Amino acid sequence: MSDWTDIGALSAIPERGARLVKTAMGCVAVFRTVDDEIFAIDDACPHKGGPLSEGIVHGRSVTCPLHNMVLRLDTGLAQGADEGSVATYPVRVEAGRILLDTERLRRGRVA
Amino acid sequence: MTRNLIVIGAGMASGRVLEHLFETQPGAWNVTLFNAEPRGNYNRLMLSPVLSGDKTYAEIVTHDAAWYEERGVTCRFGEKVARIDRGAKIVVAPDGTELPYDKVVIATGSNPFMIPLPGHDLDGVIPYRDLEDTERMMGLGSAPGARAVVIGGGLLGLEAAAGMAARGIDVTVVHIMGHLMERQLDEAAGYLLKKALEDKGITVLTGTNSKQILGEGGKVRALELDDGTELPCDLLCMAVGIRPNVALAKDAGLAVAKGIHVDDQMLTSDADILALGECVEHQGAIFGLVAPLYDQAKVAAETLGGTQAAFVPKEVATKLKVTGCDLFSAGDFAEGDGRDDIVFRDPSRGIYKRLVLEGERLIGAVMYGDTGDGAWFHGLIKDRTDVTEMRDTLIFGPAFQGGAQSDPLAAVAALPADAEICGCNGICKSAIQTAIKGGAATLSDVRAQTKASASCGTCTGLVEQVMALTLGDGFEVQTVKPMCPCTPLTHMDVRRLIKAKALKSMAAVMQECGWTTLCGCASCRPALNYYLLCDWPGEYQDDDQSRFVNERMHSNIQKDGTYSVVPRMWGGITTADELRAIADAADKYKVQTVKVTGGQRIDLLGVKKQDLPDIWADLNAAGMVSGQAYAKGLRTVKTCVGTDHCRFGTQDSTGLGIRMEKALWGSWTPAKVKMAVSGCPRNCAESTCKDVGVICVDSGYILHIGGAAGLHIKGTEVMCTVKTEDEVLEYTAAVVQLYREEAAYLERMYKWMDNVGLDHIIERVVTDADSRKALADRFYYAQRFMQQDPWAERTKPEYRELYAPLADLTLEAAE
Repeated sequence: MSDWTDIGALSAIPERGARLVKTAMGCVAVFRTVDDEIFAIDDACPHKGGPLSEGIVHGRSVTCPLHNMVLRLDTGLAQGADEGSVATYPVRVEAGRILLDTERLRRGRVA
Repeated sequence: MTRNLIVIGAGMASGRVLEHLFETQPGAWNVTLFNAEPRGNYNRLMLSPVLSGDKTYAEIVTHDAAWYEERGVTCRFGEKVARIDRGAKIVVAPDGTELPYDKVVIATGSNPFMIPLPGHDLDGVIPYRDLEDTERMMGLGSAPGARAVVIGGGLLGLEAAAGMAARGIDVTVVHIMGHLMERQLDEAAGYLLKKALEDKGITVLTGTNSKQILGEGGKVRALELDDGTELPCDLLCMAVGIRPNVALAKDAGLAVAKGIHVDDQMLTSDADILALGECVEHQGAIFGLVAPLYDQAKVAAETLGGTQAAFVPKEVATKLKVTGCDLFSAGDFAEGDGRDDIVFRDPSRGIYKRLVLEGERLIGAVMYGDTGDGAWFHGLIKDRTDVTEMRDTLIFGPAFQGGAQSDPLAAVAALPADAEICGCNGICKSAIQTAIKGGAATLSDVRAQTKASASCGTCTGLVEQVMALTLGDGFEVQTVKPMCPCTPLTHMDVRRLIKAKALKSMAAVMQECGWTTLCGCASCRPALNYYLLCDWPGEYQDDDQSRFVNERMHSNIQKDGTYSVVPRMWGGITTADELRAIADAADKYKVQTVKVTGGQRIDLLGVKKQDLPDIWADLNAAGMVSGQAYAKGLRTVKTCVGTDHCRFGTQDSTGLGIRMEKALWGSWTPAKVKMAVSGCPRNCAESTCKDVGVICVDSGYILHIGGAAGLHIKGTEVMCTVKTEDEVLEYTAAVVQLYREEAAYLERMYKWMDNVGLDHIIERVVTDADSRKALADRFYYAQRFMQQDPWAERTKPEYRELYAPLADLTLEAAE
């Protein structure tokens, strides 16, 4: 079952930027692309845990600020020769507000 | 039996309803048509050609007096319906007469939205909605030197601007968003549109906020912008959007949200009242384009006739022509998962095409300049065609589908001898072949002999293919290293084009240089941001999102995601008070490590992101600013104590170092720049391994450049010797500026020196005094925009929130 949670306004995230959402399961990075698309993925790079929310956003990808691993925002998969992936979370925009499906993120609380 | 139908509003939607009605149900209705405007149905879409003078009002009337008369329509134009009494089933006219009805059609359209700026009620502030507004703008054209301002860079605003410009009016468009028509176009297409409008003499200000409208004697005089600029004008047209006109329906107690609520049959919450057009809301959507309105009209007519029909919203494409610029946008080019872009740009012809794919389907398209294939793409979107098979050539349109040649050499071979290869210099295929047969064996030979690909360079690939064809195996494609995978151009090509073509935004560079990606990559964006910042000081807006994390955060990121904070210590000099403030900050923010750096300052390591604005504010309060230890810019000027204390010192090396640091801090450079001033040749400040090093001697100052002690160890070269401190500052500013203007991004000064040669630098900075002076002037001009402490800026409230999480769901979980 989905659990859509309002996490803030679309305008609170810079275009081609990201903001963090703290959760019981760790930090989730919420990205806004040049086309105002929104994506949510785990903030930790699969390479050495770099904060992906601080990377440069280009197209539907982000480049990790620590060692330049490139990850797709929509699939969470590493690009090019690199291997690895991060979890992605359903997120959508309604009337200028960002809704994150926190179903998987709250599981820690229930368990 | 004839029944009474009252139609309220004579716009494009109701005109179409009447047509269907008299065609399919002749004699069934006794129609009364109200219109608040003092005229009948006309084609509102054609107001723009009327404004520009291409058409007259008479030509855009869709239904004239004879048409209404033939069909027995009672016209009540210039009369605004007072109210609908649903209980009594009557419509009340403004003069109080009561008209009984069987059915009512509400087609009240929309109202222009007027921003409630101070002064919006002045005479001369108008929307762009009806013939009166149009005539007002046309009237201005006869006054010599007339000026107009249009607020709103959407379709309507631009049509108003273009129409007035065509009548010789001096027009400025003010648009709040970063690019024009942001709902239909992406940034690249918006850029091309802006350029085309500017070519027509229209001034376009994007990303610009209005503050108030200034008047004189009750009449508009000027628009004042947020930054205080005044744009004088005789007329101000506000075209910022429309709102469904729901007043009458709301007053009658019908269900109304954004618009008047209608179901699939165009019935409102009252089964005897229908509504359609821009005033309605259907399944949460409101309507502004004409195609769905016509569909609604058909359904409304059938509902009135008692036939079952349902309105189904369709995928709508916008094909627009704004002042002769061809635009097309269709489908969805935003929001959603798993999408890919195909981008095609032809800079010399000003063409931009972008397709958005989701899985095996095309879901959106934006085109500028060449929209010939728009209908075909729109069809693919509507029909949800599987495009997997044609994906590789999809962007070239239908002409390219089915048995297209995939070998690029074959395509070049098929070109006729007089086909133009290089558009900049007008060089055709045969001219290149002649040069090759005459002995030109490399790309630079061909460039030297024919000038082909020697200007903008976008045809380089084509020239190489002609060479490969002509020379056969004897030709090897030269390996010039492109800037990044987004472009075949090198860093130097791009820098040259930015200057030559006066490209002042990232969108401009990407379009004019034929970028193959939508918004670049992590490699080219920081480089472009630097080049634009360097070449257009005061004009180009620094783009935070195109900077590496350290420069965006103004701190160095550490491997655990915390940051290090380094306050500036001018020339390595500090005071007991500063040290106390640093110690207090270290305690307060639980700094993990306090370290003395190689650049003679103190590094506070392990500060959490959310604490950054606070620690900066504390250090600011103690008089310290950012040391920019993270910047591709001036880092430190290291000094020794010089004549102040040292028995060997020959000059005031500390004082000079401080002067240099104060003059040069804040500047952005291709890579980091470190400097040092040593008070004597013993060189305690290690000047001979810095980008710029000064060694003081009795007779003056020896200036060294091009040293480094990092990945590579490089001793400096001597540039020259000067006599005074003022000269040291002028020469240093000049050499740094030359480096700023000529080097590739991330290229340290020594690498640049290897590439251009020390002689070139000496010629520009030492031998040629005019050149030196001009370089130093350009450097100090740029510094006027750069010397602002980034910490002070980022402790302001509007920045602070960016350092905090967007949301904290752990708090909730803990409950």
